[in-house]
Amino acid sequence: MIYLQLFWEFFKIGLFTFGGGYAMIPMINQAVQSNGWLDLESVYNMIAVSEATPGPFAINIATYVGIETAGFLGAVVATSGVVLPSFFIILAVYYIFRNINNNIFFKNAMTAVKPVVVGLITLAAVNILLNNIFNIEKVSDFVNIQSVDWVGIFMVVWLFIVTRFKKINPILLIVFSAFLGLGLYSLTDYLGVFTV
Amino acid sequence: MKKVKKNIKEKFRDYLKLFWSFFKIGLFTFGGGYAMISFIEKETVEKNKWLTSDEMMDIIAIAESTPGPISVNAATFVGAKTAGFWGAFFATFGLVLPAFAVICILSLFIFSFNDNKYVNFFFRGLRAGVSVLLLNAVVSFFKNMKKSYMTVAILILTLIASFVFEVEAIYVLLYFIVLSLIYTFVSRAYVDIRRRKK
Repeated sequence: MIYLQLFWEFFKIGLFTFGGGYAMIPMINQAVQSNGWLDLESVYNMIAVSEATPGPFAINIATYVGIETAGFLGAVVATSGVVLPSFFIILAVYYIFRNINNNIFFKNAMTAVKPVVVGLITLAAVNILLNNIFNIEKVSDFVNIQSVDWVGIFMVVWLFIVTRFKKINPILLIVFSAFLGLGLYSLTDYLGVFTV
Repeated sequence: MKKVKKNIKEKFRDYLKLFWSFFKIGLFTFGGGYAMISFIEKETVEKNKWLTSDEMMDIIAIAESTPGPISVNAATFVGAKTAGFWGAFFATFGLVLPAFAVICILSLFIFSFNDNKYVNFFFRGLRAGVSVLLLNAVVSFFKNMKKSYMTVAILILTLIASFVFEVEAIYVLLYFIVLSLIYTFVSRAYVDIRRRKK
Protein backbone atom coordinates (compact mmCIF):
# COMPACT_ATOMS: atom_id res chain seq x y z
CA MET A 1 0.00 0.00 0.00
CA ILE A 2 1.82 3.04 -1.32
CA TYR A 3 -0.08 5.59 0.81
CA LEU A 4 0.70 3.78 4.01
CA GLN A 5 4.35 3.51 3.04
CA LEU A 6 4.57 7.21 2.19
CA PHE A 7 2.90 8.13 5.46
CA TRP A 8 5.17 5.91 7.51
CA GLU A 9 8.42 7.02 5.83
CA PHE A 10 7.56 10.69 6.27
CA PHE A 11 6.31 10.14 9.80
CA LYS A 12 9.74 8.75 10.67
CA ILE A 13 11.42 11.67 8.95
CA GLY A 14 9.23 14.16 10.83
CA LEU A 15 9.95 12.40 14.10
CA PHE A 16 13.71 12.48 13.71
CA THR A 17 14.36 15.84 12.13
CA PHE A 18 16.07 17.98 14.71
CA GLY A 19 17.42 21.41 13.91
CA GLY A 20 15.56 22.22 10.73
CA GLY A 21 15.17 20.92 7.25
CA TYR A 22 18.70 20.26 6.03
CA ALA A 23 19.28 17.47 8.51
CA MET A 24 16.43 15.52 6.94
CA ILE A 25 18.06 15.29 3.50
CA PRO A 26 19.98 12.06 4.23
CA MET A 27 16.77 10.49 5.55
CA ILE A 28 14.79 11.53 2.51
CA ASN A 29 17.45 10.13 0.20
CA GLN A 30 17.37 6.89 2.13
CA ALA A 31 13.57 6.64 2.00
CA VAL A 32 13.35 7.54 -1.66
CA GLN A 33 16.13 5.17 -2.73
CA SER A 34 15.19 2.12 -0.71
CA ASN A 35 11.60 2.33 -1.96
CA GLY A 36 12.65 3.13 -5.53
CA TRP A 37 10.40 6.21 -5.60
CA LEU A 38 12.62 8.81 -7.27
CA ASP A 39 16.21 9.27 -8.37
CA LEU A 40 18.51 11.39 -6.24
CA GLU A 41 18.88 14.03 -8.90
CA SER A 42 15.18 14.94 -8.75
CA VAL A 43 15.39 15.14 -4.97
CA TYR A 44 18.31 17.54 -5.23
CA ASN A 45 16.47 19.58 -7.85
CA MET A 46 13.54 19.73 -5.51
CA ILE A 47 15.70 20.90 -2.62
CA ALA A 48 16.73 23.81 -4.82
CA VAL A 49 13.14 24.53 -5.81
CA SER A 50 12.09 24.41 -2.14
CA GLU A 51 14.53 27.16 -1.30
CA ALA A 52 12.75 29.42 -3.76
CA THR A 53 9.15 28.47 -2.93
CA PRO A 54 7.22 29.62 0.13
CA GLY A 55 6.82 27.55 3.25
CA PRO A 56 8.89 25.18 5.34
CA PHE A 57 11.35 23.10 3.39
CA ALA A 58 10.13 19.83 4.96
CA ILE A 59 6.58 20.43 3.72
CA ASN A 60 7.73 21.26 0.19
CA ILE A 61 9.79 18.09 -0.06
CA ALA A 62 7.12 15.84 1.42
CA THR A 63 4.49 17.26 -0.92
CA TYR A 64 6.80 16.82 -3.90
CA VAL A 65 7.79 13.22 -3.16
CA GLY A 66 4.16 12.38 -2.40
CA ILE A 67 2.76 13.87 -5.58
CA GLU A 68 5.46 12.37 -7.81
CA THR A 69 5.01 8.94 -6.28
CA ALA A 70 1.27 8.66 -5.81
CA GLY A 71 -0.48 11.81 -7.03
CA PHE A 72 -2.45 14.30 -4.99
CA LEU A 73 -3.50 11.84 -2.29
CA GLY A 74 0.12 10.79 -1.96
CA ALA A 75 1.03 14.41 -1.35
CA VAL A 76 -1.64 14.74 1.35
CA VAL A 77 -0.48 11.57 3.05
CA ALA A 78 3.25 12.38 2.94
CA THR A 79 2.70 15.93 4.19
CA SER A 80 0.49 14.81 7.07
CA GLY A 81 3.11 12.22 7.90
CA VAL A 82 5.87 14.79 8.20
CA VAL A 83 3.74 17.27 10.19
CA LEU A 84 1.96 14.98 12.66
CA PRO A 85 4.94 14.00 14.86
CA SER A 86 5.87 17.61 15.64
CA PHE A 87 2.20 18.52 16.04
CA PHE A 88 1.61 15.90 18.70
CA ILE A 89 4.97 16.35 20.38
CA ILE A 90 4.35 20.07 20.77
CA LEU A 91 0.85 19.44 22.10
CA ALA A 92 2.33 16.97 24.58
CA VAL A 93 4.98 19.48 25.61
CA TYR A 94 2.31 22.15 26.01
CA TYR A 95 -0.18 20.10 28.03
CA ILE A 96 2.04 17.65 29.90
CA PHE A 97 5.61 18.72 30.41
CA ARG A 98 5.64 22.46 30.40
CA ASN A 99 9.11 22.57 31.89
CA ILE A 100 10.70 20.12 29.53
CA ASN A 101 13.69 22.40 29.06
CA ASN A 102 14.64 21.88 32.71
CA ASN A 103 14.46 18.11 32.54
CA ILE A 104 17.95 16.62 32.84
CA PHE A 105 17.20 13.60 30.61
CA PHE A 106 15.84 15.84 27.91
CA LYS A 107 18.72 18.31 28.23
CA ASN A 108 21.38 15.62 27.91
CA ALA A 109 19.62 14.01 24.97
CA MET A 110 19.60 17.37 23.19
CA THR A 111 23.29 17.91 23.89
CA ALA A 112 23.93 14.56 22.24
CA VAL A 113 21.65 15.23 19.28
CA LYS A 114 23.20 18.55 18.25
CA PRO A 115 26.57 17.23 17.06
CA VAL A 116 24.78 14.36 15.28
CA VAL A 117 22.79 16.97 13.36
CA VAL A 118 26.00 18.74 12.35
CA GLY A 119 27.31 15.41 11.09
CA LEU A 120 24.12 14.69 9.15
CA ILE A 121 24.17 18.08 7.46
CA THR A 122 27.79 17.47 6.50
CA LEU A 123 26.69 14.15 4.99
CA ALA A 124 23.97 15.92 3.02
CA ALA A 125 26.40 18.56 1.73
CA VAL A 126 29.04 16.03 0.70
CA ASN A 127 26.51 13.78 -1.01
CA ILE A 128 24.99 16.58 -3.02
CA LEU A 129 28.49 17.71 -4.08
CA LEU A 130 29.46 14.19 -5.13
CA ASN A 131 26.28 13.90 -7.14
CA ASN A 132 26.82 17.25 -8.82
CA ILE A 133 30.47 17.04 -9.63
CA PHE A 134 31.31 13.37 -10.04
CA ASN A 135 27.84 12.05 -10.80
CA ILE A 136 28.07 9.42 -8.04
CA GLU A 137 25.82 8.85 -5.07
CA LYS A 138 28.03 8.15 -2.11
CA VAL A 139 31.66 8.20 -1.01
CA SER A 140 32.15 4.49 -1.61
CA ASP A 141 31.30 5.00 -5.30
CA PHE A 142 34.51 6.98 -5.66
CA VAL A 143 36.30 4.06 -7.32
CA ASN A 144 34.19 4.27 -10.45
CA ILE A 145 34.05 7.93 -11.30
CA GLN A 146 33.05 8.45 -14.92
CA SER A 147 33.15 12.19 -15.32
CA VAL A 148 34.24 15.36 -13.57
CA ASP A 149 32.15 18.49 -13.90
CA TRP A 150 34.67 21.34 -13.98
CA VAL A 151 32.02 24.00 -14.44
CA GLY A 152 30.27 22.71 -11.32
CA ILE A 153 33.51 22.76 -9.33
CA PHE A 154 34.18 26.31 -10.45
CA MET A 155 30.68 27.47 -9.50
CA VAL A 156 30.67 25.82 -6.08
CA VAL A 157 34.15 27.06 -5.12
CA TRP A 158 33.51 30.58 -6.37
CA LEU A 159 30.05 30.95 -4.81
CA PHE A 160 31.23 29.41 -1.55
CA ILE A 161 34.07 31.93 -1.26
CA VAL A 162 31.77 34.82 -2.14
CA THR A 163 29.16 33.78 0.42
CA ARG A 164 31.82 33.39 3.09
CA PHE A 165 32.64 37.08 2.76
CA LYS A 166 29.23 38.47 2.01
CA LYS A 167 25.82 37.40 3.27
CA ILE A 168 23.61 36.73 0.28
CA ASN A 169 19.90 36.03 0.43
CA PRO A 170 19.43 32.29 -0.26
CA ILE A 171 16.70 32.86 -2.86
CA LEU A 172 18.93 35.30 -4.72
CA LEU A 173 21.82 32.85 -4.57
CA ILE A 174 19.69 30.02 -5.93
CA VAL A 175 18.25 32.07 -8.77
CA PHE A 176 21.66 33.50 -9.65
CA SER A 177 23.36 30.10 -9.67
CA ALA A 178 20.57 28.67 -11.83
CA PHE A 179 21.09 31.31 -14.52
CA LEU A 180 24.87 31.17 -14.13
CA GLY A 181 24.64 27.42 -14.68
CA LEU A 182 22.42 27.88 -17.70
CA GLY A 183 24.91 30.36 -19.18
CA LEU A 184 28.13 28.50 -18.37
CA TYR A 185 26.91 25.03 -19.33
CA SER A 186 25.42 26.32 -22.56
CA LEU A 187 28.67 28.07 -23.37
CA THR A 188 30.88 25.05 -22.66
CA ASP A 189 28.43 22.88 -24.54
CA TYR A 190 28.57 25.22 -27.53
CA LEU A 191 32.36 25.44 -27.48
CA GLY A 192 32.64 21.72 -26.92
CA VAL A 193 35.05 22.09 -23.99
CA PHE A 194 34.80 20.38 -20.60
CA THR A 195 32.19 18.13 -22.14
CA VAL A 196 30.12 16.36 -19.54
CA MET B 1 -28.00 29.04 25.98
CA LYS B 2 -27.37 32.31 24.22
CA LYS B 3 -24.04 32.71 25.93
CA VAL B 4 -22.79 29.34 24.71
CA LYS B 5 -23.62 30.23 21.14
CA LYS B 6 -21.69 33.45 21.35
CA ASN B 7 -18.74 31.51 22.71
CA ILE B 8 -18.73 29.22 19.75
CA LYS B 9 -18.80 32.21 17.45
CA GLU B 10 -15.89 33.79 19.28
CA LYS B 11 -13.97 30.57 19.23
CA PHE B 12 -14.51 30.32 15.53
CA ARG B 13 -13.22 33.83 15.05
CA ASP B 14 -10.08 32.85 16.95
CA TYR B 15 -9.56 29.82 14.75
CA LEU B 16 -9.99 31.90 11.64
CA LYS B 17 -7.57 34.53 12.87
CA LEU B 18 -4.97 31.90 13.73
CA PHE B 19 -5.43 30.21 10.39
CA TRP B 20 -5.09 33.46 8.48
CA SER B 21 -2.00 34.66 10.39
CA PHE B 22 -0.15 31.42 9.88
CA PHE B 23 -1.30 31.16 6.30
CA LYS B 24 0.41 34.50 5.66
CA ILE B 25 3.52 33.31 7.50
CA GLY B 26 3.59 30.17 5.38
CA LEU B 27 3.07 32.12 2.19
CA PHE B 28 5.67 34.81 2.64
CA THR B 29 8.64 32.99 4.11
CA PHE B 30 10.99 31.15 1.87
CA GLY B 31 13.30 28.31 2.77
CA GLY B 32 11.72 27.93 6.19
CA GLY B 33 13.46 27.90 9.55
CA TYR B 34 14.88 31.03 11.03
CA ALA B 35 13.59 33.39 8.38
CA MET B 36 10.15 32.55 9.69
CA ILE B 37 10.84 33.32 13.30
CA SER B 38 10.95 37.09 12.93
CA PHE B 39 7.74 36.99 10.93
CA ILE B 40 6.05 34.76 13.49
CA GLU B 41 7.14 37.13 16.22
CA LYS B 42 5.66 40.09 14.36
CA GLU B 43 2.32 38.38 13.81
CA THR B 44 1.89 36.78 17.22
CA VAL B 45 3.61 39.17 19.62
CA GLU B 46 3.30 42.61 18.05
CA LYS B 47 0.14 42.41 16.01
CA ASN B 48 -2.21 39.98 17.71
CA LYS B 49 -0.67 39.99 21.19
CA TRP B 50 -1.18 36.26 21.56
CA LEU B 51 2.18 35.94 23.28
CA THR B 52 4.68 38.02 25.21
CA SER B 53 8.18 38.20 23.79
CA ASP B 54 9.41 36.09 26.73
CA GLU B 55 6.99 33.33 25.76
CA MET B 56 8.20 33.64 22.19
CA MET B 57 11.75 32.94 23.36
CA ASP B 58 10.51 29.86 25.22
CA ILE B 59 8.76 28.64 22.11
CA ILE B 60 11.90 29.02 20.01
CA ALA B 61 13.88 27.05 22.58
CA ILE B 62 11.26 24.29 22.64
CA ALA B 63 10.94 24.27 18.86
CA GLU B 64 14.68 23.98 18.43
CA SER B 65 14.94 21.02 20.72
CA THR B 66 11.96 19.03 19.50
CA PRO B 67 11.82 17.27 16.15
CA GLY B 68 10.12 18.73 13.12
CA PRO B 69 10.25 22.02 11.26
CA ILE B 70 10.65 24.96 13.65
CA SER B 71 7.79 26.88 12.07
CA VAL B 72 5.40 23.94 12.48
CA ASN B 73 6.39 23.64 16.12
CA ALA B 74 5.83 27.33 16.68
CA ALA B 75 2.45 27.30 14.93
CA THR B 76 1.23 24.34 16.98
CA PHE B 77 2.40 25.88 20.23
CA VAL B 78 0.91 29.33 19.58
CA GLY B 79 -2.34 27.77 18.40
CA ALA B 80 -2.61 25.54 21.48
CA LYS B 81 -1.89 28.41 23.78
CA THR B 82 -4.42 30.80 22.24
CA ALA B 83 -7.28 28.43 21.46
CA GLY B 84 -6.57 24.87 22.56
CA PHE B 85 -6.37 21.80 20.36
CA TRP B 86 -8.37 23.18 17.45
CA GLY B 87 -6.39 26.40 17.62
CA ALA B 88 -3.24 24.32 17.20
CA PHE B 89 -4.86 22.45 14.35
CA PHE B 90 -5.93 25.53 12.41
CA ALA B 91 -2.64 27.39 12.95
CA THR B 92 -0.63 24.41 11.71
CA PHE B 93 -3.00 23.81 8.83
CA GLY B 94 -2.70 27.45 7.78
CA LEU B 95 1.07 27.30 7.90
CA VAL B 96 1.33 24.13 5.87
CA LEU B 97 -1.26 24.95 3.21
CA PRO B 98 0.69 27.48 1.06
CA ALA B 99 3.78 25.27 0.80
CA PHE B 100 1.60 22.29 -0.06
CA ALA B 101 -0.46 24.14 -2.66
CA VAL B 102 2.52 25.78 -4.36
CA ILE B 103 4.29 22.46 -4.86
CA CYS B 104 1.11 20.79 -6.12
CA ILE B 105 0.63 23.54 -8.69
CA LEU B 106 4.31 23.57 -9.68
CA SER B 107 4.37 19.83 -10.14
CA LEU B 108 1.76 20.16 -12.86
CA PHE B 109 4.27 21.64 -15.26
CA ILE B 110 7.76 22.39 -13.97
CA PHE B 111 9.04 18.89 -13.36
CA SER B 112 7.91 17.33 -16.60
CA PHE B 113 10.22 18.93 -19.14
CA ASN B 114 13.41 17.66 -17.57
CA ASP B 115 14.58 16.13 -20.85
CA ASN B 116 15.31 19.49 -22.40
CA LYS B 117 19.08 20.20 -22.51
CA TYR B 118 18.80 23.78 -21.33
CA VAL B 119 16.38 22.98 -18.52
CA ASN B 120 18.95 20.44 -17.44
CA PHE B 121 21.69 23.12 -17.45
CA PHE B 122 19.42 25.37 -15.41
CA PHE B 123 18.87 22.67 -12.80
CA ARG B 124 22.56 21.86 -12.65
CA GLY B 125 23.20 25.49 -11.82
CA LEU B 126 20.48 25.30 -9.17
CA ARG B 127 22.10 22.27 -7.59
CA ALA B 128 25.45 24.04 -7.40
CA GLY B 129 23.68 26.85 -5.54
CA VAL B 130 22.11 24.37 -3.13
CA SER B 131 25.44 22.72 -2.39
CA VAL B 132 26.84 26.14 -1.50
CA LEU B 133 23.88 26.78 0.84
CA LEU B 134 24.47 23.43 2.49
CA LEU B 135 28.20 24.03 2.86
CA ASN B 136 27.42 27.34 4.53
CA ALA B 137 24.95 25.58 6.81
CA VAL B 138 27.66 23.11 7.81
CA VAL B 139 30.03 25.96 8.67
CA SER B 140 27.49 27.89 10.73
CA PHE B 141 26.13 24.80 12.51
CA PHE B 142 29.66 23.80 13.43
CA LYS B 143 30.44 27.29 14.70
CA ASN B 144 27.28 27.36 16.84
CA MET B 145 27.87 23.89 18.28
CA LYS B 146 29.02 23.84 21.90
CA LYS B 147 32.45 22.27 21.71
CA SER B 148 33.54 19.81 24.35
CA TYR B 149 35.35 16.46 24.11
CA MET B 150 31.98 14.79 24.25
CA THR B 151 30.30 16.73 21.43
CA VAL B 152 33.33 16.59 19.13
CA ALA B 153 33.58 12.83 19.74
CA ILE B 154 29.90 12.42 18.88
CA LEU B 155 30.38 14.46 15.71
CA ILE B 156 33.37 12.37 14.62
CA LEU B 157 31.54 9.12 15.38
CA THR B 158 28.54 10.34 13.39
CA LEU B 159 30.76 11.17 10.42
CA ILE B 160 32.47 7.77 10.55
CA ALA B 161 29.16 5.93 10.92
CA SER B 162 27.54 7.71 8.00
CA PHE B 163 30.48 7.99 5.59
CA VAL B 164 32.43 4.80 6.23
CA PHE B 165 29.76 2.39 7.41
CA GLU B 166 26.83 4.10 5.68
CA VAL B 167 24.58 3.73 8.69
CA GLU B 168 21.13 5.21 8.19
CA ALA B 169 20.68 8.67 9.69
CA ILE B 170 17.77 7.56 11.87
CA TYR B 171 19.80 4.86 13.57
CA VAL B 172 22.66 7.24 14.31
CA LEU B 173 20.22 9.64 15.97
CA LEU B 174 18.42 6.91 17.89
CA TYR B 175 21.68 5.39 19.06
CA PHE B 176 22.98 8.62 20.55
CA ILE B 177 19.62 9.50 22.13
CA VAL B 178 19.45 6.11 23.85
CA LEU B 179 23.10 6.37 24.87
CA SER B 180 22.56 9.80 26.41
CA LEU B 181 19.52 8.55 28.34
CA ILE B 182 21.53 5.64 29.71
CA TYR B 183 24.37 7.98 30.58
CA THR B 184 22.04 10.33 32.45
CA PHE B 185 20.39 7.46 34.30
CA VAL B 186 23.69 5.87 35.34
CA SER B 187 25.34 9.11 36.37
CA ARG B 188 22.35 10.07 38.51
CA ALA B 189 22.28 6.64 40.13
CA TYR B 190 26.01 6.89 40.80
CA VAL B 191 25.63 10.27 42.51
CA ASP B 192 22.76 8.84 44.58
CA ILE B 193 24.78 5.84 45.75
CA ARG B 194 27.75 7.97 46.73
CA ARG B 195 25.52 10.28 48.68
CA ARG B 196 23.96 7.37 50.54
CA LYS B 197 27.35 5.88 51.49
CA LYS B 198 28.35 9.12 53.13
